[in-house]
Amino acid sequence: MIHVGLNHFLIVSAILFSFGIFGIVTRKNAVMVLMGIELILNAANINFVAFARYGNLGYNGQVMALFIIILAAAEAAIALAIVLNVYKNFSNVNVDEIDNLKE
Amino acid sequence: MSVYDLMFYLFAALTLVSAFFVVTLRNIVHSAFFLLFTFFGVVGLYVLLAADFIAIVQLVVYVGGILILLLFGVMLTNKITNVQIKTGTFQLLPSIIGVGLFLGILVETMINTKWKVSPAEIPTTTAYSIGTLLLQDYVVVFELLGILLLIALIGAASMARR
Repeated sequence: MIHVGLNHFLIVSAILFSFGIFGIVTRKNAVMVLMGIELILNAANINFVAFARYGNLGYNGQVMALFIIILAAAEAAIALAIVLNVYKNFSNVNVDEIDNLKE
Repeated sequence: MSVYDLMFYLFAALTLVSAFFVVTLRNIVHSAFFLLFTFFGVVGLYVLLAADFIAIVQLVVYVGGILILLLFGVMLTNKITNVQIKTGTFQLLPSIIGVGLFLGILVETMINTKWKVSPAEIPTTTAYSIGTLLLQDYVVVFELLGILLLIALIGAASMARR
C-alpha cells in the first residue's frame, strides 16, 4: 500500500465533482440541484487546499478556498430566494416543469 | 499503513459514500442530512492537509449556515402536510454513462500527470499567514467580497419579500 499523497486527494475530489454533476443533471427538485453545486464547490476547494499543501506554494491556495466558501454562501442565499419566488409562482420547484418565462 | 493513511481512507470513505447517498436517495430531507456527513468528511480532509483555519471555516459556514439554509429551502417549497418529500429523477442512463466517462478521463489525467510535488513542513498554525495574505496581497479582493456579501444580503432579502 503506497503512502497517501497528492494523487489520493485529487482522486477523491474528482469523484466528488462527478457526483455533483450527476446530482445536477438527474434530480428534478431545484434544491437538490443546489446541493449538487455545493458538492462541486467542495471538490474544487479540496483541490486548492491539496495543491497548497503539496506544491510548496505558500498559503495562496488556502486563501482561494476561503474566497470560494464566501461565494458559496452568497450563492446559496440568492439561489434560495429565487427558488422561493419560483415556488410562489408555479407551486412546485421541479426544474423540468418550469418552462414559462411569462404567462 | 500509518495512522495518517488510515484517517485519510476513513474520511475519504465518509465523504464519498455520503455524497453518493446525497445524489441517489429519493427523500430530499435524507439527502440534506447526508450532505452534512459529506461536509464533515471534507473537514477531515482539510485537517489532514494541515489547513486548520479552512477546516473551521468550512464547519461554521457550510454546516452551520448553508446546510440550514438548504433545509429551510426544502421545508418552504413543499407542502407541510406532505409526509413524503420526494424528488423525481430523469435522464438517468445517459447521465450515468456521461459522468462515468468524464470521471474516467479525469482520474486518468490526474494519475498520469507528473505533478511537481515538494511538500513544505507542516506549519503549527495557518491563521496568522492567511490573515497576513488577506490584508496585504489580497486586500482588494477581500474588500470586494465584503461588498458582494452586502449586495447578496440586500438582494436576497428584497427578492424573498416580494
